[in-house]
Amino acid sequence: MSNKYIYLDNAATTKTAKEVVDAMLPYFTESYGNPSSIYGLGQKSKSAVDEARQTIADSLGANSNEIYFTAGGSEADNWALKACAEAYEAKGKHIITSAIEHHAISHTCDYLVKRGFEVTYVGVDEYGIVKLDELKAAIRPDTILISIMFANNEIGTIQPIKEIGEIAKEKGIIFHTDAVQAYGQLPINIDEYHIDMLSSSGHKLNGPKGIGFLYIRKGLKLRSFVHGGQQERGRRAGTENVTGIVGLQAAVKRAFSIMEEKTKKEIELRDHLIKRISEEIPHCRLNGDAKKRLPNNVNFSFRFIEGESMLIMLDMKGICASSGSACTSGSLDPSHVLLAIGLPHEIAHGSLRLTVSEENTIEEMDFVVDELKRIIENLRNMSPLYEDFIKKN
Amino acid sequence: MYSEKVMDHFQNPRNVGEIENASGVGTVGNAKCGDIMRMYLDIDDNGVIKECKFKTFGCGAAVATSSMATELVKGKTIQEALEVTNKAVMEALDGLPPVKVHCSLLAEEAIHAALWDYAQKNGIVIEGLEKPVSDISEHEEAGEEEY
Repeated sequence: MSNKYIYLDNAATTKTAKEVVDAMLPYFTESYGNPSSIYGLGQKSKSAVDEARQTIADSLGANSNEIYFTAGGSEADNWALKACAEAYEAKGKHIITSAIEHHAISHTCDYLVKRGFEVTYVGVDEYGIVKLDELKAAIRPDTILISIMFANNEIGTIQPIKEIGEIAKEKGIIFHTDAVQAYGQLPINIDEYHIDMLSSSGHKLNGPKGIGFLYIRKGLKLRSFVHGGQQERGRRAGTENVTGIVGLQAAVKRAFSIMEEKTKKEIELRDHLIKRISEEIPHCRLNGDAKKRLPNNVNFSFRFIEGESMLIMLDMKGICASSGSACTSGSLDPSHVLLAIGLPHEIAHGSLRLTVSEENTIEEMDFVVDELKRIIENLRNMSPLYEDFIKKN
Repeated sequence: MYSEKVMDHFQNPRNVGEIENASGVGTVGNAKCGDIMRMYLDIDDNGVIKECKFKTFGCGAAVATSSMATELVKGKTIQEALEVTNKAVMEALDGLPPVKVHCSLLAEEAIHAALWDYAQKNGIVIEGLEKPVSDISEHEEAGEEEY
């Protein structure tokens, strides 16, 4: 192995690409002007921000005045939900979302519930796909917003966004999608999918951390998120994160130019992992849909063992992965996503997520599976649940 | 996040396994919360714990506290074993992160459950030993409310 680590946690964050860092550097020490200043140095920063906004708008088939920079995906999600709820509460106080959203959505919904809004959580099938009939049935005259993620961060399931967008459009309901895992990985056109708001984060696509954006369809009346100066059309005040924005632009350019080959390589690695794990490790289950799945996502549950132990042992071998076990979340409950697809608690605790990048190799995947087999065997030999299972059978 | 001692006991757990015809066996925790510990004790006629083994389903801290608990009770009398508290297990491991303190409670409870089983089997009463609760998590405090 030439690398010190085998990094298989690209859904958590990605390596900042070299061209991204190169693009950012001059904006720290040379072109450091404030975009709101009228002299040349400031205007150079303003041009950079404008260009970045245009690049991102083009990638979605949007207009540049519909792109609002934020500090990341969670901020974009918070803004979309809270500001929409506040702006349209005269029409109604009902919001529809899914049972498998990121906490940036579900905890924001909890916040809105405390403030008098009603939220319906639409269920998913065993593969994690939102049930459209349930979604349709949940719509009421006072429904103001539907927020469904584009692709799930844990099990990688890609949602029927176009169908959901059509349902929302037909009923005149605003449609928001958390596309943090999907943007830059999958082609997205906001008109084709009837998306009114879309959240994204830079560091999931080899961009820097601390920058993201919210797409807001022109004409939507949303409360400003940060009050102050005229930045972001007065809706999100504060001096722009110019270096972050420039970095995000470079990341978007890169992601869209290599998307086809990156996807091909990731699917090859992903399917190799899925095949070998399914065939060689007993008592396992692939979580998520086999086909409607992000190119980089692998998620398995292994019976009789607990996820955190697996992660620590993988870490000893230089393998970075993640799990939906309670011990990794700081609470007693395992991942709400794994529970929503119908896994019992003890099986949800034994989940492992591996998210690859185009820089990984087949040799690395083989090393990971070989180590994983040993680790799982060790942990099972230590497990009272496995002992009971063997004695029963 | 873990001390060196915790990592050592997780990577090289002491006394993993089962004891056939054990004097006492106790299982505590539940799979729902992600921790189950089973403790096996072999106690001689003088009431000394000759052998102690464990099996654990759980996180790194759960394995390490089980391993340390077996080390602490081995060679002890029943009364001495009762004094092996969760605090003693934690101290022996150079501490645990706050979210993992319940693992040490589980280890203490597993010892008590195995001793309780021994007492039941032999029709004796161990002074100071109460019937163990099998599900530690039921007694944990709820988290702070967020706003």
